[in-house]
Amino acid sequence: MPAVTTPNGFNLDNTGRRVVVDPVTRIEGHMRVEVNLDDQGVIRNAVSTGTMWRGLEVILKGRDPRDAWAFTERICGVCTGTHALTSVRAVENALNISIPENANSIRNIMQLTLQVHDHLVHFYHLHALDWVDVVSALKADPKATSELAQSISDWPLSSPGYFKDLQNRLKKFVESGQLGPFKNGYWGHPGYKLPPEANLMAVAHYLEALDFQKEIVKIHTIYGGKNPHPNWLVGGVPCPINVHGVGAVGAINMVQLNLVSSIIDQTLEFTRKVYIPDLMAIASFYKGWMYGGGLSSKSVLSYGDIPEHANDYSAKSLLFPRGAIINGDLTKIHDVDLTDPSEIQEFVPHSWYTYDDESKGLHPWDGVTKANYVLGPNAKGTRTRIEAVDEGGKYSWIKAPRWKGNAMEVGPLARYIIGYAQGNPEFKEPVDKALRDLDAPVSALFSTLGRTLARGLECEWAAVKLRHFQDKLVATIKAGDSSTANTTKWDPSTWPKECKGVGFTEAPRGALGHWIKIRDGKIDNYQAVVPTTWNGSPRDNQGNIGAFEASLLDTPMQVPDQPLEILRTLHSFDPCLACSTHVMSPEGQELTRVQVR
Amino acid sequence: MSTEVLVLGIGNILWADEGFGVRCVEELDRRYAMAPGVEVLDGGTQGLYLVHRIRDAKRLVVFDAIDYGVEPGTLKLVRDDEVPKFHGVRKMSLHQTGFQDVLSAADLLGGGPSSVLLIGVQAGLLDDYGGSLTEPVRAQVGPALRVALDQLAAWGFPAVERAEPKPSLMEGGLDWRSYEAGRPSAEEACRVGDARFLPVQG
Repeated sequence: MPAVTTPNGFNLDNTGRRVVVDPVTRIEGHMRVEVNLDDQGVIRNAVSTGTMWRGLEVILKGRDPRDAWAFTERICGVCTGTHALTSVRAVENALNISIPENANSIRNIMQLTLQVHDHLVHFYHLHALDWVDVVSALKADPKATSELAQSISDWPLSSPGYFKDLQNRLKKFVESGQLGPFKNGYWGHPGYKLPPEANLMAVAHYLEALDFQKEIVKIHTIYGGKNPHPNWLVGGVPCPINVHGVGAVGAINMVQLNLVSSIIDQTLEFTRKVYIPDLMAIASFYKGWMYGGGLSSKSVLSYGDIPEHANDYSAKSLLFPRGAIINGDLTKIHDVDLTDPSEIQEFVPHSWYTYDDESKGLHPWDGVTKANYVLGPNAKGTRTRIEAVDEGGKYSWIKAPRWKGNAMEVGPLARYIIGYAQGNPEFKEPVDKALRDLDAPVSALFSTLGRTLARGLECEWAAVKLRHFQDKLVATIKAGDSSTANTTKWDPSTWPKECKGVGFTEAPRGALGHWIKIRDGKIDNYQAVVPTTWNGSPRDNQGNIGAFEASLLDTPMQVPDQPLEILRTLHSFDPCLACSTHVMSPEGQELTRVQVR
Repeated sequence: MSTEVLVLGIGNILWADEGFGVRCVEELDRRYAMAPGVEVLDGGTQGLYLVHRIRDAKRLVVFDAIDYGVEPGTLKLVRDDEVPKFHGVRKMSLHQTGFQDVLSAADLLGGGPSSVLLIGVQAGLLDDYGGSLTEPVRAQVGPALRVALDQLAAWGFPAVERAEPKPSLMEGGLDWRSYEAGRPSAEEACRVGDARFLPVQG
């Protein structure tokens, strides 16, 4: 294929040598990426493939709509609750069920808790190792590390002795040969820029975050009854409130409300004193690495989430911004309607599915999930062992969703760009401050680092909103309203014979929608368009590329068989392939295979 | 706060034999009352998020479906230091983090169980989304529970068989019986397809 320019404005050239990374590690699910490099080692073409078949939709067919949340919660291990919330909203929308104000507050607390938890774990445990060289930390001077830590934060765990102990533990761990979570790293890669002391500080915080995250999920245990896999309920939340109770089984009492409150305080403190300072310190060493912007400067989408008022899902009630920006025009925020069949459509010309007419996209309510695994004529290898896919043909188990025909980036950066463009100070001011502190222009936001920065700022935003909804919940309860569920339409005999609905949330990794059709009390059709379907989508009928592919273009690779730069950028999206696709690679390789041809 | 014994089932129930671990803890909890200090946990595919539960456990029993490349349904018991080696042979599920990584992360945090028993079963079929355990694997749930019960007794935490089984710990139609009964037919759910990604229907 000669060099081409895509309708959405990216230059592609697949004539250079091809590098294959399969599977991409430290993500949920299975994913493969192929890139072509030019003579200077710069990425000129990128092809992202979801290597698993997606079939959540079909297993829900015929089930009780009131159970859909439990199934969707099992799709993967990461965004469990956010799928459940999206699902109960879809069913409530279909059946026209309103929920009590307390249920809205508790759901927001559950969702914001997930945001905070996911962002923190993503940054430290899935993404930081793309910037932090663990092995280099062994060479750090503990005293200098202490000085560095104290210069950026007044977090108390910062003495030379603390870092010395930690370094010894790390040394023993590495010497034992059990690298555990630190294996598969490209340690010593020239792309790592942090001095040993910053690396040691970051590794210390990696462990502190791992320890601290257990506190955050206690909120899920309290309001969801258990963790993992908290409980949800169509019509509200499953936890009764009894503030006068002393340990009544399953009921929320004052002791638990106070515990949640204290966890929120700790979360805010950890975010402000550890996460954000680390993020800024790391970013200051990587300011020269401004790659990975991809679609973010052109087209971004957010459905919005966190309704201030129960049952009001309009843009003015949603605290996460709602809207779409296309063609880089930040002066115009388009409204988004998930029920309009002409807005969100999924295309499959390059996906391993078949439609009767593949030149057209289908709105999720009319969605079809029918597998068609065929390789393009220029694919190399065999059906069971692909050496290189043919991006001219079908090449991914992910469909290609488009908003009014546009490929869109979703996620924290999309939300922050939309909030910023709206002039909302909650989003604009922290961004401006961070950019000022880094001495970077606004355009720096459109990058891998910008995506990672937005996630950190959003973690703090979510912690602040946690406080808001917890206070609101307590105030409502004190005013005498302890209702948490509306069960008037629980019985399917109260439902119409046929109905349809849509539920949406902003998952940590981006816009998430579930579309449901109910007939005779059972699920007739269920379609989920998940964030990684948006970001990881293959090309569409027009040849537009999706966010992952766009983000890899023009990035120089220093060592082609050590794809640190590719991982860094893909991880910045916090990809979750388990729900965007499905079924494993036949071998399930433990180690990443990197091929350079 | 430490747990004397954590009995953990891991895996994804939506993936046929991958559900073995979770179905084992579901059955164990349904049919047996645990001694004080013993916690039964459906870990699903939580990976690294389970690290504190592992760190806080003095002893650990894990049920999981594993790929040893042997006859499907073969039960395999692995203990203590052998667990990370065995468990890390092949990562076969969608677990974000291999279980051996969770064990070593618990170790790095400064804790973790002093005794571990992994009760693994060789999976036969995984790529049947929405499916349940295949016969050879299903047949090992009973023997696997027996092994766990004997181990609990040997550690001094004997479980007692319930006079009446209690309801499943799985909510929302995911309990073993409802999950299997509610599955749409093969025609409706389009379970036929290519050899690599879908089970070929004979």
